[in-house]
Amino acid sequence: MISAPRPLLLVALVLAGGVSVLLALTTGEVEVGLKELERLVLGRGDESLSAIILELRLPRAVAAFVSGGLLATAGALMQVLLRNPLADPYILGISGGAAVGALGAITLGAAAFWIDAMAFAGALTAMLVVFGLAHGDGSWTQTRLLLTGVIVAAGCGAAVSMMLALASDTRVMPMLFWMMGDASAAARPWPAVVVLVLALLAVMPFARDLNVLARGELTARALGVRVQRLRIVLYVLASLLTATAVTLVGSVGFVGLIVPHLVRLVLGNDQRVLIPAAALVGGTLLTLADTAARTMLAPQQLPVGVLTAMIGVPVFLFLLSRSPRSST
Amino acid sequence: MNAARRLPVDAAPLLEAERLALQVGERWLCCEFSLSLAAGECLVLLGPNGAGKTTLLHTLAGLREPTVGQVRLGGLPYAAWPALEAARYRGLLAQQQPDPFAAGVLETVLVGRHPHLGRWGWESAEDVAIARRTLAEVGLAGFEQRAVHTLSGGERQRVAIAALLTQAPRLFLLDEPLNHLDLHHQIATLELFQRLVREPGTGRGSVMVLHDINLAARYADHIILLDGRGGVIAGDRDAVLRADLLGQAFGHPLRRIEHEGRVVFLPD
Repeated sequence: MISAPRPLLLVALVLAGGVSVLLALTTGEVEVGLKELERLVLGRGDESLSAIILELRLPRAVAAFVSGGLLATAGALMQVLLRNPLADPYILGISGGAAVGALGAITLGAAAFWIDAMAFAGALTAMLVVFGLAHGDGSWTQTRLLLTGVIVAAGCGAAVSMMLALASDTRVMPMLFWMMGDASAAARPWPAVVVLVLALLAVMPFARDLNVLARGELTARALGVRVQRLRIVLYVLASLLTATAVTLVGSVGFVGLIVPHLVRLVLGNDQRVLIPAAALVGGTLLTLADTAARTMLAPQQLPVGVLTAMIGVPVFLFLLSRSPRSST
Repeated sequence: MNAARRLPVDAAPLLEAERLALQVGERWLCCEFSLSLAAGECLVLLGPNGAGKTTLLHTLAGLREPTVGQVRLGGLPYAAWPALEAARYRGLLAQQQPDPFAAGVLETVLVGRHPHLGRWGWESAEDVAIARRTLAEVGLAGFEQRAVHTLSGGERQRVAIAALLTQAPRLFLLDEPLNHLDLHHQIATLELFQRLVREPGTGRGSVMVLHDINLAARYADHIILLDGRGGVIAGDRDAVLRADLLGQAFGHPLRRIEHEGRVVFLPD
């Protein structure tokens, strides 16, 4: 059917997101019921329980949810920008730059704050380098952007491998966990929430322009879309979203690639629906994955990236296998 | 924004090119020439491969700066047109239709409504009705829910034509509109655009790149013939469609034959 607004569906996705966060708050080594949770939130619960739920689980759940939202939104934007269904938030080297920064900081034995700061600085550096090189001769084609990004990412990958090879045994584990994605250390998720909300507010007025852009640059310009400006805005936004997510939880794979496709398979490719839906589905998926990551083999913690793949792959394959029938 | 209030200028020709010359790299595609297209007229661009027909069409669409001279749409240079305003006045059928993501036919055609909707606007039932009507006009009624990537090349081309008709511009700029179309649909498409352009009171016109000289002879009012070496012959159909001029431009001798009141050109 044509892509009319589907408020009910968005409400359902918001509810699913809420449920995933509740689940993250209540499950774990210490189980709490909804009644207990309500008392804790109102500040009338047990103090040690309150510390576990509100100071450990809540920031972690919010971090997971917002990172999933950031990555899925960034992935959706990158796929439109590069008009390539295989694009993900990391394809242009943003996560590579962040990894170089973060691993560099870990190598130097820096505190958590500096690891975050260096990761963000690395991501922004990669973004500016790719932009500068791809934009250098005034042209700004998808192929040039994609190639520049992939090459910068490869360079970062080499630097990361070198740091891993030279790192002492005690530093290798935190490095690997950073790279596979880990929400356990994310103590300050709230600025990322602001970034996600602001980015969505910035991009939604242009969502129909993105639909037009999918018809090709020439057609989009003839239809009155200011393509050049739109693409620069898209690039900067997608990069900032990715940088924020990577700084918060490390480079969690898979969410940014698969969630936009998942939403596209079910709801179609109207960006006005796809972008907010991807943000919600991405958040829900990563929250569930993170909850599973810390409870499945407790007290052993698994990297959340492994869980996103374990949940996402079967869901995606199932939807893919039934999509030809539903889309024709 | 002041310009927006003065648009469209009804008395002005739909499209004018004044002393236009185009250069790509070191190569001149066409020397200075002028043209004017009035409502109700069809202009055909002819020329060998690589002569610059598409580049010229894009320049006429305001998507490329002319090297020399000026293009005016409805009496005003493109710089004076807000982009969305221009998109309601002239529409372009691009030579290629990329579709990296799966999309439905109706959804693809509705993209043409973009310049008619506000920033937060959503396609209304009326827009959907327009899209369905244009699909019927190109012979694709009943294809609304099909996925574009399941269509044949010719059907996709007609989806693109329907998207242009949904845009509802006054000036149609068509880059090889007959690509992938079978004989029946080639004629049907040219008849459709001729009917739209000739419809009185609508102020419509068309510019199209064609490869078939005989279809050009049948549907064009004016012809621009690019010879691929920078030479341009622009004028009324019968002044340009001469066997010697066409032969020189295409690098192959042609014979002009009149048959039952119709002119055809056959390659020797």
